Order: sequence, then structure tokens, then C-alpha cells
Amino acid sequence: MRVFLKSRLVLWIAAAALLAALPPVVTALGQPYYIDLVRRIMILAIAATSLNLILGYGGLVSFGHAAYIGVGAYAVGILAFYGVTNGWLQWAVAIGASALVALAIGAVSIRTSGIYFIMITLAFTQMLYYLGISLAEFGGDDGMRLKAKSQLGILDLADPLQFYYLALALMLLAVFLVYRIVNSRFGMVLRASKSNEARSRAIGFSPYPYRLAAFVIAGAMCGLAGALYGNHTNYITPSFMAWHQSGELMFMVILGGMATTAGPVLGTFALLILEEILKGWTEHWQVVLGPLLIISVIFFKRGLAGIFYKPDA
Amino acid sequence: MDKSFRLLLAGTAAVTLAFAPAAMAQQKIKIGFITTLSGPAGVIGKHMKDSVDLAVEHLGGKMGGVPIEVIYGDDQFKPDVGVQVAEEMLKKHQVDIMSGIIWSNVMMAVVPVVTGAGKVMVGTNAGASPLAGKDCNEAYFSASWNNDQSPEAMGKYLQEQNIKDLYVLAPNYQAGKDMVAGLKRYYKGNIVEEIYTKPGQQDYQAEITQLRSKNPKAVFAFYPGGMGIQFVKQYVQAGLREQIPLYSVFTVDETTLPALKESAIGQYEARFWSPDMNVPASKKYVADFEKKFGYTPSYYGAQSYDGIMLIDSAVRANKGTLKDRKAVIAAMRKADYNSIRGPFKFNNNHHPIQDFYLLQAVKGGKDGAHMEIKRKVFEKHQDSYHQECKMKW
Amino acid sequence: MTVLLFEQFLNGLQFGVMLFLMAAGLTLVFGIMNLVNLAHGSLYMVGAYLAVAATAWTGNYLLGVLLGLLGTLVVGMLVEVIALRTLYERDHLDQVLATFGLILFFNELVAIVWGRTALYTSLPQWLQGFIPLFGGARYPVYRMVVLGVGLVVALLLWYVVTRTRLGMLIRAGASNRAMVGALGVNIRLLYTVVFGFGAALAGLAGLMAGPIYAVQPGMGDLILIQVFVVIVIGGIGSIRGALVGAIIVGLVDTMGRAFLKPLLGHVISPTAAEAAGPALASMLIYLLMAVVLAVRPSGLFSARG
Repeated sequence: MRVFLKSRLVLWIAAAALLAALPPVVTALGQPYYIDLVRRIMILAIAATSLNLILGYGGLVSFGHAAYIGVGAYAVGILAFYGVTNGWLQWAVAIGASALVALAIGAVSIRTSGIYFIMITLAFTQMLYYLGISLAEFGGDDGMRLKAKSQLGILDLADPLQFYYLALALMLLAVFLVYRIVNSRFGMVLRASKSNEARSRAIGFSPYPYRLAAFVIAGAMCGLAGALYGNHTNYITPSFMAWHQSGELMFMVILGGMATTAGPVLGTFALLILEEILKGWTEHWQVVLGPLLIISVIFFKRGLAGIFYKPDA
Repeated sequence: MDKSFRLLLAGTAAVTLAFAPAAMAQQKIKIGFITTLSGPAGVIGKHMKDSVDLAVEHLGGKMGGVPIEVIYGDDQFKPDVGVQVAEEMLKKHQVDIMSGIIWSNVMMAVVPVVTGAGKVMVGTNAGASPLAGKDCNEAYFSASWNNDQSPEAMGKYLQEQNIKDLYVLAPNYQAGKDMVAGLKRYYKGNIVEEIYTKPGQQDYQAEITQLRSKNPKAVFAFYPGGMGIQFVKQYVQAGLREQIPLYSVFTVDETTLPALKESAIGQYEARFWSPDMNVPASKKYVADFEKKFGYTPSYYGAQSYDGIMLIDSAVRANKGTLKDRKAVIAAMRKADYNSIRGPFKFNNNHHPIQDFYLLQAVKGGKDGAHMEIKRKVFEKHQDSYHQECKMKW
Repeated sequence: MTVLLFEQFLNGLQFGVMLFLMAAGLTLVFGIMNLVNLAHGSLYMVGAYLAVAATAWTGNYLLGVLLGLLGTLVVGMLVEVIALRTLYERDHLDQVLATFGLILFFNELVAIVWGRTALYTSLPQWLQGFIPLFGGARYPVYRMVVLGVGLVVALLLWYVVTRTRLGMLIRAGASNRAMVGALGVNIRLLYTVVFGFGAALAGLAGLMAGPIYAVQPGMGDLILIQVFVVIVIGGIGSIRGALVGAIIVGLVDTMGRAFLKPLLGHVISPTAAEAAGPALASMLIYLLMAVVLAVRPSGLFSARG
């Protein structure tokens, strides 16, 4: 077990070093585009990691997780619109607003289960999507340009490299946080209520507050990803909250491996790079991607992470 | 010479060759063209891509004696994907100039990326008002129009016709509201009701029933793409075609006519261009397009063809290069090429000052119905935002 | 006003019936196989495309409809055998993802075969025209036919499920799969048949939608989410729930679009109603669903616990 943990840590350090080394390498090769591409992937990996907390460990199949990307991005955009460019404040509001929205959605949704839960989370996100479209002040469906990137003092997000390393650091932090949460007492209750709700009730835990807390934490974390994503694209639109986006997030998690530490990150990288390759190949790339996804669901039950190590005990 | 030294030399040469895309780029004019190629809206992208291919063919594959390379990108109808595709073209493919883009939201997201990288953007459809007004940019040119201009033309026509009671329908999103605002800038008659429907809505029976109960003299609608097909079909099926004339913008065009056929007959549209335009460049474009691709081109395609020709004029003026941005902009401002809309001038905001026409769908043609120019509504029409643009030249 | 109200009521009913045809197949498949099928909308699209193609090929509308129905049935069974059969024992998440992959596949496949331009559809002469209602109002014949066909199908379904051997097997399969299997029924075949049957219902909805909507790639995605709202409100797995849910959603959506803005105008200022009305009307069915689930977490007529 010990060796196992160690080897995993080594893998993580190697992956982090690889990602840290990427910018100088691609710059030397005259291909700085890949810095943007990988930055986008890492930001979405934060969102996928947050989804994994509730979907993978908590068994809460949220089909509306893109909502918090939207809420986080809009929080930054709206504050910037009114001249508040302090990044710390913006991001705090993004996280807080996402947590509040998640609390409201979770409070109603978690009372349901199974397919009802999938559909009610989808319904709430659809409502937010239509709300975004009807916000004429902030561009409606056209969306809004981010007036200025978040001002973080020492860090300058306009510099692609600094933004890249910040995204990398935050992604690693998110992964670590989820890892710690899952392995805490709180996380054990959460996981226990996934595998057997009746038993966890019997030993005196009502799963509802634990699930709700996890739902809110996941929402808040995804809100941060949204704040980053708004800064990344410099543009904020309701399409961040479209249901296809929620579907893609779920794919990232399942492709990489549910309820594994590295799964969401692996899945995000795999899916987005695959899309990138297929798009260069044919405009009908979806006709290839669709069956690939079906095959991955049918045959890679444990996802990509399953190739590297066994699922968490 | 020492053997290992020669090996080293050869190796260095190979590496230099492998990593010298920037040096190679000198010998080509690289154009990055973004549109929507996948999904339902991909039909518009096809019209645009085919037109760009035709333009390159008409130019003999060269601009100012230099070979052209067009790199196409699919924005999937999403602004964030559009930004990523633009970054890829600018940084990975190192294009000299960017063009295309159907949607206002994608355009507004992409333009700062392009201009920030020191390149010029030639828009060939989206006509977002901020880009014509307060957010205008010296490195952004429109080869199309501003969104409001077409509904303004329709508004003017309806005003001239002295239509008393007008019923207005549009999807409940920004472009829908812009269209109605444009209409109202020139139409001063009574508006019975303004209805905003859910974006992407399929069934309009409830709205059509409401509309009929109000008994208006005319109906104005803005329903692009599939929404338009649905609305027009259902309007005709409700038996209203003969009763209440339907005026629209961006609703019936050559991308939707094949699906509508005779149910489009009688529909009025306002537009700056139509395949039956009596302009030599346009006639050549339409004839060769139909011959090569076997379908009727639309304004989406015509604008894209025109955008490439505009770029060509800048390359010719600068003797086969686009490296000097200032010189490129100066050359483009002259609009010195045979445009499919006939001779025109750019306004201070780099949007064309152009004529607008009233069109009607009439019987005939391969699709059972085709658009015909009925009359000119606006002569040298300027968009309503150019005064907000601080650019002067 | 009463005439208008009645007409809008008919519109709502007709929309509801359309939703029901979709919802019935979806809820049947869920109730019996415990399968969440996001690709149900794709089958709707396939039905519309096949009917248009078959009508053009045979030159006969009714023949086209028949071939379209049969075609969708076959496509549905093929999808079940090739892709979905292995997913019955998986959790809903895997099913959602795999069928999401099917959506991408079908949308793109249709675009490759027929192009991305919407297809032309028309009605035969005998389905055009109007039926006069009282008070000078009138209603399109075709919409009336859609309404009629939907109601007939609802009746037939009720008959099949409650009065026939197949229906008995379906009900038994829904409540205890293992037992039905143990009694010597070929459960695999039963599933394939039921799935094909559900697909044909979706295809029927699609081919009836063809002449009024745009037949284009992705047309099923738009209606799919509304259909999920219907079956969730009605209670998943229950055909009765699907019918009630569909009629409720059809009526609420239609009435909301028609009357919400003027009604709001009485409560809040007309300008505020102008802005809030359309936005609220588009959210209405989702709000309704949230309220129903908040009160009854497994829908109005739940078949499963």
C-alpha cells in the first residue's frame, strides 16, 4: 500500500513537471498556441474534478454542472462591467455565488434520486441558461466581453505564461482538495451513502446534509473554474451553460475514471485532445467521436485511470 | 571535412528546416477562415466555404503573384471555441489575415484576439452593433453589413407603404431585439404587439393563433435558420399567406428556400444583395457558383467571396504581402475591387455604405421559388452606429 | 375571448399529444429495461428523415409514412442489439453517456447522408385546409389529424398494455425481470421488440412533425429535453403519467406563451412584463417540473419506487 501511494505520488510529480515544462518547450518550437490549448484544458479539468466529487464519490449524477461555470464567469464579467476589477474580490464573489446557487439547486434536487436527480439538475441549468439569454443588460445571448482580466496584484493574467502556471497550480490544488475531502471522515460518509444508503442511515448518518455540503463544495470549485474560464476566453456567454457543456463535463469524468483522483484530469485531456485531432481530420468528426464514446463507456468501465492504477479501496 | 562535423551540420540543417514555419510563411498568403461547419448551422458554413474556394479559384490560386493558402476553422457556434480556433490559426498556423464568422457573439469574442495579435479581421457575416459603434477597430473590416441595416430598410419600406397596424415577432435574444429596434427606427406606424419567442422554438401555432385574433394589416418577423423554416411553414398552413402579408429579414434566403419551396412564395425580405443583382462581379460569382456546386448561392456566400476579394485588393496594393498592417488597412479602406454589390465606399467604422433592396420570393427556379429584387429601398445607406465610432480617416 | 381560449386549448392539446408520442416510447423503455435513452430524440429525427425520403421515393404520402415507421422500427432494433443491450445492467450514468454518444453519431450521420440543409416537406392536398370551429374560428386539418392520431395511439397503447399477452409480459417484465425470464420468456427478444416499438412511436412523432417543423440534423435534441420534463413530471415508467404529463406540459407551455405576458401586465408594470414575460414563458415548464419534484420526488404517477 505504501509503495503504491508513493508510486502514485511520483506519477503526479512527473505529470506536473511535464506540464510545467510545456510552455518553454512549445515556445522554443515556435508553437505557443499549445500554451492556450493546455490552459483551457486545465481550467476545464478543474470543473471536471469538482464534478467528480459529487458524481464519482457521492453518486450524485448532476447533468447541470456547467451552470457553475456560467455563474462563476458571469460573476467576474458583471463585476468587471461595473468597474470592479480586483481579482481576489471577483473570484471570491464567483465562488460565493456559485456556492449559493448550488445550495439552492441542491436543497431541492437532493431530495430526489436516480433519473429524477439527473433531470432536475438539468432543468435548473436550463433555467439559468434562459436567464442568461434574457439578461439584455449583459448582452443576452450575444454575451459580453470581459472588460479587463481580473487584477490579482502580483500576478498578471494578461501574460499567457503567468496565467498558465496559475491554472496549473489551481488544478493541482483542486485535485489535492478533492483528494483530502474524499479521505476525510466527511468523505467516508459521502462515499458510504453512495454505496449503500440504507446502511449509512442505519448507522446513524442521514446522507442529506453530507450530500448537500458536497454539492455546494463542488459548485463553488466549479465556480472558480468559471471565473478562470471567463478570463481565458475574455468573453462570457450563456452558451457556457448549455446542456451539451454539462454532458461534456460528465464525459470527461467518466472517460478518465469516476471516483479516481486523476480520472477527471486525464479524461479532460483525453477528450479535448481527441476532439482537436478529429477536427483536423474531418468536419464530420462527431460521427467518429460518438461511437468512440459509446465504446469507451462499454469497454473501459473504470476509465483511463484504470490503466494506471486500481480504483481507490 | 570531418565526418562527425558533417553529420552535425546536416542535423542542424534538418532541425532548422523542421522548425522554420515562420520563414516559410513568407512565400504564401495564409488566410484563416472561421465559420460553423458542424451541427445544423453547418449549412451556412458550407455556403461560405464553397464561396471562398470559388474566390480562390477565380484568383487563380494567387494574390499579387503569391500562392494563397486558406485554413478553415469550425467554431461549432460557440464563442469560446471560436476564440480557441482563432488562437490556433494565429499562433500555430501563423496566418497573415483572418476572415469569416457567422455569429455576432463569436465575432465579438474573436475580434479582440485577432487585433491583439496585430492582424486584420475581415468579417463576412456577423454585424454586431458594438463593432460598428463604440468598439470599432482599425483592424476590423466588415464585408457584410451592420445587423440593423436590413430591418431599417424593411421599416422604411413599410413606412412608405403606409402600413397601419404591424404585428412583430422575433426570438427572445439580442439579435431579435436589435432587429426590432432597427425596424422601429424607420417604421413609425402602429405596432399592434411585439412578441418575443423562445430561442430555438419549433412550434409557433400558439403565436399564430394570437396574431390572427388581433387581425393586423401586416406581420414583420425575424426568424433565422430552422426557426424561419418552421415559422413560415406554419404561417402558410394556418392560411395566413393570402390574408396578411409577411415581411421578414434574415428569414427566407437561399439556405432555407430548398426546404420551403412554394410555401415561401409571396414573402418579402430586405437585403443588400440577391443572386439576381445586375452587377458584373455578382453575375460571374452566381453563374460559376451554380456551375461548380450545383446549388444557388446565398448572401452568406456572396459576402465571403467578397471578403476574399477585398483581401486580394490589399495584397495587390502591397505587392504580394500583408506584413505591414498600416499599409494593409490603408489599402482596404479604398475598397478598390469589383465587389458583388457594385462600387461602394467604407464608412469611418469600416462598414460598407451600400444600397438595400426589397426582395420577394417568386415562383420558379430550381427550388420552386427564388428571390427577386423588387425595388431599391435605400441608396448608400450608412449604419446607425458609425457616429459612435471614434475612428477617423 | 372564449374562441381564442378554446383555440389555444386545442393548440396546447395538440402539442401535448405530440410530446406524448415521444414520451410513451421513452417511458416504456425506462420502465421495462431501466434504460435512460437520450438518443430517443435521434429516433424521432430518423423517423422524420426516413418518411421524407420514402415519400419522395414512392411518390405516395401514406406509403412514405408506413415505410418511415417500419424503417424507424428496424433502426431502433438495430441500435438496441448493437449498442444498448450491454447497458441494461449498468447505472444510469453510463447509459446517459453512451446514448449521448449516439446523439452525436446520428446527427452527423444524417448530415452526411442528406446534407445539412433542411429537407423540403409538404402535405398532400387532402391534409391541407381547415376545419371550421364555432364563432368564426378555424383549425388546420393536419393539426387536427395529429391530435386524432395521438389520441388513437394512446388508446391502443392502453389496450395493448392492459389487455394483451404482450402487455402482460411488459408489465411483468417491469416489476420482476428475473421471474419473467425464469418462466421461459425470451427476455432478450422482448426487450428488442419493446425498444423497436418505442422507437417506432418516436419515429411516428417525428414523421408527423416533418411537415410542420424543419427536418434537419439535430431536430430531435430540441424536443428531447421537453420530453424528459414530461416523463419526469408524469413519473418515469408510467404510460398514464406520460399522457398526463404531456398534456399538462403542452397546455402550460402553450398557455404560458399566449397569455403570460398580458396576465403579468396586470400584476407588474407593462414594461416589466414585456421583459419578464417571454423569459418566464421559456422557463415555465422547468419551473413546473421543479415544483412537482419538490412536492413529489418521483413524479405524479411513479411506476418505480
